[in-house]
Amino acid sequence: MGMTMTQKILAAHAGLEKVEAGQLIEADLDLVLGNDITSPVAIKEMEKMNVEGVFDKDKIALVPDHFVPNKDIKSAQHCKCVREFACRNEITNYFEVGEMGIEHALLPEKGLTVAGDVIIGADSHTCTYGALGAFSTGVGSTDMAAGMATGKAWFKVPGAIKFNLVGKPSEWVGGKDVILHIIGKIGVDGALYKSMEFVGEGIANLTMDDRFTIANMAIEAGGKNGIFPVDDLAIAYMKEHSRKSYTIYEADEDAVYEEEYTIDLSELRPTVAFPHLPENTKTIDEIKEDIEIQQVVIGSCTNGRLDDLRIAAKVLSGRHVAKGLRCIIIPATQAIYLQAMEEGLLKTFIEAGAVVSTPTCGPCLGGYMGILAEGERCVSTTNRNFVGRMGHVKSEIYLASPAVAAASAVAGKISCPCKL
Amino acid sequence: MKSAKGTVFKYGDNVDTDVIIPARYLNSSDPAELAAHCMEDIDKEFIKKVKKGDIIVADKNFGCGSSREHAPIAIKAAGVSCVIAETFARIFYRNAINIGLPIVECPEASKGIEAGDEVEVDFDSGVIKNLTKGTSFQGQAFPEFMQKIIAAEGLVNYINGK
Ligand code: SF4
Repeated sequence: MGMTMTQKILAAHAGLEKVEAGQLIEADLDLVLGNDITSPVAIKEMEKMNVEGVFDKDKIALVPDHFVPNKDIKSAQHCKCVREFACRNEITNYFEVGEMGIEHALLPEKGLTVAGDVIIGADSHTCTYGALGAFSTGVGSTDMAAGMATGKAWFKVPGAIKFNLVGKPSEWVGGKDVILHIIGKIGVDGALYKSMEFVGEGIANLTMDDRFTIANMAIEAGGKNGIFPVDDLAIAYMKEHSRKSYTIYEADEDAVYEEEYTIDLSELRPTVAFPHLPENTKTIDEIKEDIEIQQVVIGSCTNGRLDDLRIAAKVLSGRHVAKGLRCIIIPATQAIYLQAMEEGLLKTFIEAGAVVSTPTCGPCLGGYMGILAEGERCVSTTNRNFVGRMGHVKSEIYLASPAVAAASAVAGKISCPCKL
Repeated sequence: MKSAKGTVFKYGDNVDTDVIIPARYLNSSDPAELAAHCMEDIDKEFIKKVKKGDIIVADKNFGCGSSREHAPIAIKAAGVSCVIAETFARIFYRNAINIGLPIVECPEASKGIEAGDEVEVDFDSGVIKNLTKGTSFQGQAFPEFMQKIIAAEGLVNYINGK
């Protein structure tokens, strides 16, 4: 019985020849991540442990991104706690406001996540780095504390679901539509405890940014991780961004998958997840009624990358957001922000009547910078549309791609560039 | 703690961590402050009514969404002694164990228990008794590795003990 790609990475990091689904192992970690919400809890826990400092100051990444620049006194206290810990322990990869970005966009860009790594992060969307062929998964603060102290974490080896991607997506269809389609198909617990392993010739038709978006939302199907094979595009990305050495693992021919799906990318349509679960999906053609909206958010660890901004700019260029609608665009990192400026994308956004912000999670989790009032609706490129996620418990979030979000901003209702 | 006994609060599928503890309160990590807002976006009555020892019973995928450990911390600090569900989201599952909040997976129990029932859970055997209805269910016992973490009352002590 062979191993999946995920199982091979885990076996190698546990010093074992072989692992199988359900087995409990302890694995060595290549990177431990935390943000301004989860790290203070982890730091407090770590202080209770009988350890002298962190296991490796180069293998920890601390990224204040949720409530920065600080939205209030309490969040300022949290960031101070993280900053002081980073300073005390000489953490190499601490990213202050001005050099930071949303963690899951920032770490691959900084070259800290490469193929074959085992990465834990006290943030559920840590699964994003599977796009590069790493095993990465979200954990809580206590796991983060133990990871920082010992460089190890316990895992139950996951079984896997295989997604065979074929074909080429049509215009205005991207990574977000692929993953929303999959979540709509299997449900928010469809991959509970499992790896989502993406394979197939269709992957060659997805950009790295598409793949980051897809892996990012594996958790929204309950998955432990999402993972892509390492192809030339992934290698080129790592060579451009990283000096770390990487290891390519491939699933065995006889690896066991609990389920298999084939997804023809050419058949997908722009897809929207209706409130209040990411699985409530409809294609743009299935939406018959007019759904008026008051806000659009383009950004987050799911869709705040350069490709996303380019698509949004293409739609917004020469157009204007609907009267009375707030369109908030948040480049995910400083580097993306700068590049967007150089390419003239920010000018396009501002001329279209959008607001552009410094990188922050902000509205994605209902923190600040775009909170919804009672009864308001928002089309958002983020990843969760739970009750109250972006503000009032009686507000609504519709999850969509940057193309659909930008078109909706112009139309004042859920729309698609093909309909403008 | 070897067992739990209390009155049940019952919830449905996909209770996410955003409703267990909304992000607008995550500028604090103080358990008592978090507990004061526990479940408020789906059940305003919860925090008014919950007593020490009470039990939460839910359907599928309890604790899905964000990795915030604040969610099990809030539940534990509110006085809840055990959460029973058909299934748990995996990060919530590990977090609960790591902070020492007992959780038991048992689809039959989640179907056979209603809000307000008196329920008793034995952690060693995984047996769940519905005292109100006089029924009993076999829940999943923890794997040995996790039992050790629970016996040490959380991962921190477990690591310190090693
Ligand atoms: S952008 Fe949203 S989902 Fe991503 S890390 Fe920030 S809060 Fe979490």
